[in-house]
Amino acid sequence: MENKKGAGMKLNLNLNLTKKNIPILSSIGIFLLLYVVGGLFFNGFFSIGVFSNLFYDNAFLGVLAVGMTLVIISGGIDLSVGSVIGFTCTFIAYLVEVKQMNPVLAMFLSLVIGTTAGTLMGFLIHNFKLPAFLVTLVGMFLFRGLAYQVSLESIPIRNELFLEMSQVGLFEYNGRTLFPMASLIFIFMVMLGVYMSHFRKFGRNIYAIGGSEPSAVLMGLPVGRTKIMVYAFSGFCSALGGIVYTFYLQSGYALAGVGMELNVIAAVVIGGTLLTGGAGFIEGTLVGVLILGLIDTILNFYGQLSSWWFRIFIGLLLFLFILLQTWLTRSNIFLKYAMKQQQKRNDAAKGLQETSQHS
Amino acid sequence: MVQSELLEIRGLSKSFPGVRALTDVDFSLKSGEIHALLGENGAGKSTLIKTLTGVYKKDAGKVFFDGKEFEAHSPAHAGQNGISTVYQEVNLIPGLSVAENIYLGREPMKYGNIDWKQMRAGAQKALAKLRIKLDVNQELSSCSIAIQQMVSIARALDVSAKVLILDEPTSSLDEGEVASLFEVMRNLRSQGIAIVFITHFLDQVYEICDRITVLRNSKLVGVFNVNELSKVDLVTHMLGKELDEESRKSHKKDGQSAGDVFMELKDVVASGLGQMNLKVRKGEVLGFAGLLGSGRTEVAEILFGIRKPLSGELLLNGKKTNLKNPRNAISHGIAFCPEDRRREGIIADLSVRENIILAIQARRGIFRTMSRKEQQRIVDKYIEELKIATPDAEQKVQFLSGGNQQKVILARWLASNPKFLILDEPTRGIDVGVKLDIQDLVGALSEEGMAVLFISSELEEVLRSSERVLVLRDRNIVDELTGEDINGAKVMHTIAEGSTDV
Repeated sequence: MENKKGAGMKLNLNLNLTKKNIPILSSIGIFLLLYVVGGLFFNGFFSIGVFSNLFYDNAFLGVLAVGMTLVIISGGIDLSVGSVIGFTCTFIAYLVEVKQMNPVLAMFLSLVIGTTAGTLMGFLIHNFKLPAFLVTLVGMFLFRGLAYQVSLESIPIRNELFLEMSQVGLFEYNGRTLFPMASLIFIFMVMLGVYMSHFRKFGRNIYAIGGSEPSAVLMGLPVGRTKIMVYAFSGFCSALGGIVYTFYLQSGYALAGVGMELNVIAAVVIGGTLLTGGAGFIEGTLVGVLILGLIDTILNFYGQLSSWWFRIFIGLLLFLFILLQTWLTRSNIFLKYAMKQQQKRNDAAKGLQETSQHS
Repeated sequence: MVQSELLEIRGLSKSFPGVRALTDVDFSLKSGEIHALLGENGAGKSTLIKTLTGVYKKDAGKVFFDGKEFEAHSPAHAGQNGISTVYQEVNLIPGLSVAENIYLGREPMKYGNIDWKQMRAGAQKALAKLRIKLDVNQELSSCSIAIQQMVSIARALDVSAKVLILDEPTSSLDEGEVASLFEVMRNLRSQGIAIVFITHFLDQVYEICDRITVLRNSKLVGVFNVNELSKVDLVTHMLGKELDEESRKSHKKDGQSAGDVFMELKDVVASGLGQMNLKVRKGEVLGFAGLLGSGRTEVAEILFGIRKPLSGELLLNGKKTNLKNPRNAISHGIAFCPEDRRREGIIADLSVRENIILAIQARRGIFRTMSRKEQQRIVDKYIEELKIATPDAEQKVQFLSGGNQQKVILARWLASNPKFLILDEPTRGIDVGVKLDIQDLVGALSEEGMAVLFISSELEEVLRSSERVLVLRDRNIVDELTGEDINGAKVMHTIAEGSTDV
């Protein structure tokens, strides 16, 4: 018996390794591949400037993706993030330029609105058992509409304090600010996400709920509170992403972030998070965001291809990862199948024993 | 073992719409004993457990725990107070590590953060108490079911359980795994933990338990010491009153009046079932006798194409046939009335008419719809013949009583004129009058030449209706009884002790 158990464990350990690590390892592999290929083909690709821009150009995407990763791990989805970006941009620009409000206060207000909206959506999803897809779809339309209510036209921001803030960076290099505010926020949020998902009960509960909500209830975990907080956090990230995007655009524009939710989901999935919930890493999402950024950078360096190639590559990559996920889920089926076979053999052996006893 | 009453339940009652699940049930548990809770399907075992652990709210009765009156508000609340349940299907998170599964919700903290090191050490220790050595970092889903069960026991004990309820823990374990589980249980017993053990393997009860509580039909039958109760008596308690020859009804033709073989299984082996041979004859009522978990339903599923044989032959009218799926079986004239009608049989939101027409329509395909008039004719006919109590044919099925829902399903299959009708627990949870209606109907159908397979937990009913009875035990057909041999004593003996003449 001891023997048998040991053998089973060995076999399972292999599966275990693959299941947990394949997605994130392949993400890292693809990132390195793209980076090396880019460096070999283009002069100046390996420069610190390009690397810094990778974090700067995709900062808003990354901030959204941190919130989205937790939502997806919990087994949900948040479609409202792109619209919240659009709203936040317009709202801040309107308050700062038209109403002459202090930009810090304006940013604070938009964070409060984003978080409140997220809390409300989480409340609806949990308390009324509504599908997250639909509730956040409502949020998506609502915030896009609100953005247009605030202003139909693009509002450029000239407020000095705001522009100064956006220019604060990690260090100067050849007269350029490297890792400016936007990318610092991105990096900070990734670290916060990693910390929460590994070292806080809140984070571990998210994994548990995504893995099996009924079990989480029976284990006495605070399922409702956690689910609502996940959407609240995603709402906060969306608003923060909006602030970052405003730093980047230096204007407010109601159409900002249209379709962004889909890019975010793509980044999360390419980063190795399972859409079915229960598994994934914020670290993976960071890699996913950087992969999207790298593809964009390479296309920019190449210069001759239209930007639609970006979408084609993202599509292909997504397809690859969906295949990978399906294969991994199947491998679970294989495991169950193997166990059933085992039981059958035992039963057959038992049956044999009994017949031999009787005869 | 010092024995003091740790838990006492007095006069517990619970009903669900249309069903009395528990009627005035008493139950007591001492520290340091393993107490078997036995009963057939629907006897009330799981309702008792779920009411005790706060999944359901009780209607009446009192629970005393540790000398004080106690009411659990939720499974978590029961767990905090020392009553933990380990379910048959492991209720843990498969994607997280073993250590996390033991500590989820009460992780050790250090400086406000989860202390992973401490958690791993604690998990290691909790498992060591069960004498299990395991890499606690591995994902739970990579462990065998037996180990997963041990992990849930470790979790339950670590919350400091005084009462541990094991709900059918052995049904998916192999012999070696059962042995090590028993080792753990004995160990816990010696530490003074009270264990409630729910199972349908009688041998296991005799191997490990101290006392037995038997429930039947939502009522308490009795509490017994294991060494004072013979297996045959136990089976008798579980299945019903001592059966006598008179209870066999006489409208049945005795012996060999049955016609040709309609369906035959030759040396069939299927997943979870031993090798078996059986024949179904036209115009005959074949009965399955056996305890819950003996494989009754599983065999029926083979006959209906739900379960695939792994080896052996299935013959239909003497021809080798492969039943690909239920649809395929239906096209061969086989009908199946499933055990759990709420889940598998009726469609609650459709009307009586729509539910009855379903099978015929499915057979005809969507392009050959029936006229409303034709439907009405068929439906009216069965409402009358089966005495279905409904205001009219358009009533939604969910508003009918359990017995009448059962009749609607029967009508559905009868309307499709099957050659072979499988009835799995057709009389569960319905009142006596309807039971008799259905039993009479079964007799009448077989006289018309239909082959019927009758499966029921109520042995009396099987014996009364069937001309030939197959006895199942531990997922094997162990005996075949015909004519005079069909009597309660003989069947009980076979179920309890295994076949007498193989």
